[in-house]
Amino acid sequence: MIEFILAKYNYWIYIVLMMIGFYAIIVKENLIKKIIGINIFQTAVFLFYISIAKVKGGTAPIIWEKAGPYDNPLPHVLILTGIVVSVSTTAVALALIIKIYKAYGSIEEDKILEMKEETVPLSIKGSKKNSEHLTSDSMLYTDE
Amino acid sequence: MIDIILLLFLVICGFVAVAMNDLLSTTIILGAYSLIMAIVWTRLNAVDVAFTEASVGAGITTVLIIAALSRTQRMEAQILAGGRSKKYEKYKVKRLLLLMVILVTGGILMYGTIDMPAFGNPNDPANLHVVPRYIKKTYEETGVVNFVTAILANYRGYDTLGETSVIFTAGLSVILLLRRKK
Amino acid sequence: MKEHIVVRTVCSILIPFIQLFALYVVANGESSPGGGFQGGVILGASIILYAIVFGMKSGRKRVSERLSDLLISAGVLIYAGVGLLAIFAGGAYLEYGALPLGTKKLASHLGIYGIEIGVAITVAAVMITIFFETARHEDD
Repeated sequence: MIEFILAKYNYWIYIVLMMIGFYAIIVKENLIKKIIGINIFQTAVFLFYISIAKVKGGTAPIIWEKAGPYDNPLPHVLILTGIVVSVSTTAVALALIIKIYKAYGSIEEDKILEMKEETVPLSIKGSKKNSEHLTSDSMLYTDE
Repeated sequence: MIDIILLLFLVICGFVAVAMNDLLSTTIILGAYSLIMAIVWTRLNAVDVAFTEASVGAGITTVLIIAALSRTQRMEAQILAGGRSKKYEKYKVKRLLLLMVILVTGGILMYGTIDMPAFGNPNDPANLHVVPRYIKKTYEETGVVNFVTAILANYRGYDTLGETSVIFTAGLSVILLLRRKK
Repeated sequence: MKEHIVVRTVCSILIPFIQLFALYVVANGESSPGGGFQGGVILGASIILYAIVFGMKSGRKRVSERLSDLLISAGVLIYAGVGLLAIFAGGAYLEYGALPLGTKKLASHLGIYGIEIGVAITVAAVMITIFFETARHEDD
């Protein structure tokens, strides 16, 4: 039993980290909190991949005369790419949040949704005449 | 032992970062979280990944979030707990349901780990597929000492080309969204 | 932060060394941890530090909008160009071993250098651009 826990406890900690990130993504209303949640979620997944690559007694994957077995370098490569993509998505998301703040004056999701409901009643959504009042349109073209 | 302490630090940092009300403090704690993550990766011998996380996660991401905060608002709006408003009741029900979703997801994933190979097992399927070939042939085929660089740039060059295009596209999107006209 | 003399002095001493380290990380990526991506991020961070300490406008004087826009595309073009050169030399796309640069081993070594430099240029320019566009401008 203790052996089983020792072999698996790190995976459980990664899952706990992932749950913390997931909580921030779906429960919190603040958009920047959501971005932080996405970051925590992503690092938890990365950590899971990297720990798969560890080999008992292995050394870092750089050729060295006295090295024993090497750790698996392939997950490292994949996660390197993953980190790059994560910083790109964060940057684009932050740019979108700045635009949303300019259009609505708030970064709280519930308030933004309330404002949207006031401006666009559901019944006339999609009719061409009213589409020019759509706030999402004005959001894209506003220029200060 | 030190690994358990570092992992617990990670959980505490993540929890505090999500629970805090002040977004600036949250961002700084996220930077600390990334730095501890880089240390954990160094302990797992993933030196390239740790280097990237220390420069990107703890450096650039923190700066970018603070830059975005400087143009939005610093504090997260609080739904008042004292007032028994209808909105608060609704929020409480929603939070309870979502917490259940999160717990069920976590539970299923934990159930899945029972079948995972043990940590550090050299005969784990992930270590047996193409990796032995990379380790044997890298030096004679590419002349590069660092396996990660060799796989990244040579064996998986298309991946890295795609990655560079992703960064390029992100740069273009930010320019399109935020640049002012002269 | 223009009025803090300590911060300004320390940064003006440190920034050249940060940039030197970034170039070392790019150049030494094949024999130690590091590579194009990490080096590019550090190079971008040094310019970001300069802009935070000395102000956005003097930062933009060092790296103008035009220059950083050009560099963003130049990096991807260098990467894709090395791949195309391999086709003209008779190999497959991105097969550096086919480049006519001495032995096959040396050619693939140099090809890896080429694409690392391309990645570093794009990453550094994108990080600088994202920071300048996201941060608050002085006339905001």
